[in-house]
Order: sequence, then C-alpha cells, then structure tokens
Amino acid sequence: MITTTHYLVLSLILFTLGVVGLMVRRNFITVLMCIELMLNAANLNFIAFSRQLGDLTGQVFAVFVITIAAAEAAIGLGIIVALVRLKQTTDLDRVNVMEG
Amino acid sequence: MSWFLVHFAQLVFYVMAACVIAGAVGVIAFKSPVHAALSLLASFLGVAGLFVLMEAEFLAAVQVLVYAGGVMVLFLFVIMLVKARAIPREPQYVNRLVPAAVGLGVVLALLLGAGMWASVTGAPADAAALQRVAGVQLGNTEAVGWSLYRDYLLPFEVVSIVLLVAMIGAIVLGRKEPGKEGRA
Repeated sequence: MITTTHYLVLSLILFTLGVVGLMVRRNFITVLMCIELMLNAANLNFIAFSRQLGDLTGQVFAVFVITIAAAEAAIGLGIIVALVRLKQTTDLDRVNVMEG
Repeated sequence: MSWFLVHFAQLVFYVMAACVIAGAVGVIAFKSPVHAALSLLASFLGVAGLFVLMEAEFLAAVQVLVYAGGVMVLFLFVIMLVKARAIPREPQYVNRLVPAAVGLGVVLALLLGAGMWASVTGAPADAAALQRVAGVQLGNTEAVGWSLYRDYLLPFEVVSIVLLVAMIGAIVLGRKEPGKEGRA
C-alpha cells in the first residue's frame, strides 16, 4: 500500500535535489530548472495531502502553483536573454555588477 | 500473477519515483543544458504519472501540457538561442541520443498508461470524496473546475493577472532596445 508518507518522502528528496542543484550549479538556465524541480516537489505534497484528506483544495492550489511556475519560467528566461545580450554569458559567477 | 496485480500500484509508484529522482539527479549532474532539460522532462513526466496514481487526472494532464509542453519548449528555445554558437559544432550530438530518447518515451508512455489503468481498476475508498462537489458525483476535471470557479474565483482572477504581468514583463525583457544592434 502506497501511503501519503511515501509521497512526502519522495517530495522531500525531490526538493532537496532542487536545493542542491541551486547551490551547486552556476549556469543560470540550470538554476531555473532546479527551481522548477522544487515547485514540482511542492505540487506532489499538495496532491498527496489532497488525497489523504479527501479535499479538492490541494488540487486547486496545485493549479495555481503550476501557473506561477509558468510565469516564473517566462520571466526567468526573459532575464537570461537580456543577460546574454548584455554580458554574453549565463554564468552566475560572472554576473556581479550589483555587488557592492 | 496475482502478486503482480496486488502490488501493481506499488510497482508503478516505485518506477515513477525512480524516474523522478533520476531525472532530478540528471538536471544537476549533466554539464550540457540540453541534457539537463531533457532529464528535467523525464522528471516532469514521472510527476505526471504520480498525479495519475493519486487520482488527480486533471492535474496530470495540466502537468504534461504546461510543463512538458510549454515550459520545456521555452527552456529549449532559450538554450538554443543562447548557446547557438557552441552547439552546432557536434553533429553526433543529437543522433547519439535518438535511441535513448525513443526508448525513454516508449517506457514512460507505457508507465503512464499502466498508472491510468491501475487508477481505473483499483479505486480506493477515498476516491469518491475527491470527485464530489456539493453532494454531486463528478469527474475529477469537472470537480476541480467547479471548485476553482466557485470557491476560489478571486484567487483564480489574481493568478490570471499575475500571468498577464509576467507575459508583458517577458516581452519587455526580450525586446531589443531601439537603435541598438542586439547580437543574441
């Protein structure tokens, strides 16, 4: 029997991998992908609890999360295009203009 | 054979979970952004399979359409746009991956179908609660839509405005500055 705990553990692993990727990688595009992974982990939690509680609210909020993730991807990739135009790189270590 | 039927949902869960985690590891491990994006796609599809397993069929469809369809194409477009000078130097780059891509696609399609079959045949006791709104039995999509447009109408409208703002923002960010020759 697959319980809610199974899904929570999976979601935890997925979120942790997202955080690790966020810290390890220096490529802006890959960092954005890791943020998507973390949002997916949140969605898994929403649906798992929605199933356990027999309540649709979790599914509705997962729809909202997906919408926000799409908006985030559009803006993030727009920033990448602008960044490459400005500095010819997506390496986050070389984007330090605003450091004091 | 009966063991297989009894443990079918578990089997699907573990295979999907392995797919999700392997995809996530691939996103971190692959050096090439194209490989990372395709690995992310495997992860997204695995999550969609898990949604099917949890009787959230509508969200599984949305996951495939929005993530695997929209967001992934956007990512790949930007990768091609950004790395346009670096990628075409390797002609074997894509050819080498075709068998792996086809195999993965077939396996994922089979798993998704198996997950749907499992959720159709072996419905647990709380499945009805997820498809009931105001005492009326509906399909999952209908129930989610009903809840979305009745109980959460205001958040829904706010999210639509966020999406509109994001769209305008992306257009403004991606626009060439007038009078300047953009190279990217």
